[in-house]
Amino acid sequence: MKIIIDQDKCVASGQCVMAADDVFDQRDEDGVVVLLNDDPSPGRLADVRQASLVCPALAITVEA
Amino acid sequence: MTTIPEYDIARSARCPLDPAPAMRARQEEGPLTRVRLWDGGTAWLVTGHAEHRAVLGHPEVSVEPARGLPRLSPAEAAGMDSMAKEGSSGLGFIMMDDPEHARLRRMVTSAFTVKRVEAMRPATQEIADELIDRLLAGPKPADLVEAFALPLPSLVISNLLGVPYDDHEFFQANSRTIINRNSAPAERGQAQRRLAEYLDGLIGEKLAKPGDDLLSGLVERVKAGELSRQEAARMGVLMLFAGHETTANMITLGTLALLRDPAQLALLRESDDPKLIASAVEELLRYLTITHGGLRRVALADIEIAGQVIRAGEGIITVNETANRDPSVFPDPDRLDLRRNPRLHVTFGYGVHQCLGQPLARMELQVAYPALLRRIPTLALATELEQIPFKHDGFVYGAYELPVTW
Ligand code: SF4
Repeated sequence: MKIIIDQDKCVASGQCVMAADDVFDQRDEDGVVVLLNDDPSPGRLADVRQASLVCPALAITVEA
Repeated sequence: MTTIPEYDIARSARCPLDPAPAMRARQEEGPLTRVRLWDGGTAWLVTGHAEHRAVLGHPEVSVEPARGLPRLSPAEAAGMDSMAKEGSSGLGFIMMDDPEHARLRRMVTSAFTVKRVEAMRPATQEIADELIDRLLAGPKPADLVEAFALPLPSLVISNLLGVPYDDHEFFQANSRTIINRNSAPAERGQAQRRLAEYLDGLIGEKLAKPGDDLLSGLVERVKAGELSRQEAARMGVLMLFAGHETTANMITLGTLALLRDPAQLALLRESDDPKLIASAVEELLRYLTITHGGLRRVALADIEIAGQVIRAGEGIITVNETANRDPSVFPDPDRLDLRRNPRLHVTFGYGVHQCLGQPLARMELQVAYPALLRRIPTLALATELEQIPFKHDGFVYGAYELPVTW
């Protein structure tokens, strides 16, 4: 699985963290998304897909 | 000639927790229809879920009043005109496009990260428990709005911002005037000014003596020359205002919805699985959609939505409550089902303007419902549904009072 995030687009809603907090985190200064793991195990695919779907800023792309 | 139906958000007295009958009728006609506004103008009404997200995620739509945003009442139109004259945007960045919007919004996002909000959970739990102690010690029936639903988020946001809670009556009264869509323009303007002056005063105090609250953080930006004092005051107003009215209504109506559905209520009361509680809160957010009536946008270029071209300059209203009851995304959408996965709901909006305080709202609700239901297992409505005064007149739906007993 390959995950690409776009920090410029991110609006810090935190939805990705709620969907998969082992994969996404937020920067302390401004809440912008950071990727903790760019290649999580296939078992995490559903949650990561969910993160990408709920992201209001279309800042997360998942290739699997 | 076909007549264009009127824009009408009044929910039905018989099903006060469901979207307005007029909105549902539009949704049955298709995801994108036209409505006539009070001033005779028309706007596109977006009632489908996919279309809702397509509009709000589109780079060629604007939220700036000066670009031709649809106006929903005479009072609002007057307010927008006076803002345009002053060259200001009264409610701050929620009515601005990027890059200005992003610049200002990013100055406050650090306070609302999932981690920061989590750190506030124990204090929120304490607030909830104390309010419930007081409620239980007082007379019954009691008004849940006054005793619990309003003070809980007010206390939380006041602490976060660094606003003395002793002033809560002042800011609640002014917020109510702003949110009531029938407020006269002069009244609303006054309420906005009063809040801005109040915040400006606080900013003055924090310039002299900073604390570690959100307002003090903005004051740092003012000192650094990144933000004007007026912008900081506006952001403070927006946060104070958005931080209590919305969550208070969710606590009130969520409790009402649960009391009317004992099986769902039991499910939430008897579970201590944080996942189920979180998901139940999402479902209540979806089902109730207190941010009703629609989010306004205006097309900046010709854009195509649901096979229909919306021309540059045309107004658009995207309706959260019908998107949240779209059967193609939420099967059997009118059923409150705490076990469904409702994560795609649009109660917080969608796109770059999606609610900034959503992690905070979620945490507060995840604390509030279980606290109420567990500590007051016999909680019951102390009135008939028909007697509850619902906020049919507001941009945020809710109830002015909810008499409960136990
Ligand atoms: S969901 Fe999207 S906008 Fe929200 S924090 Fe994650 S990447 Fe940013």
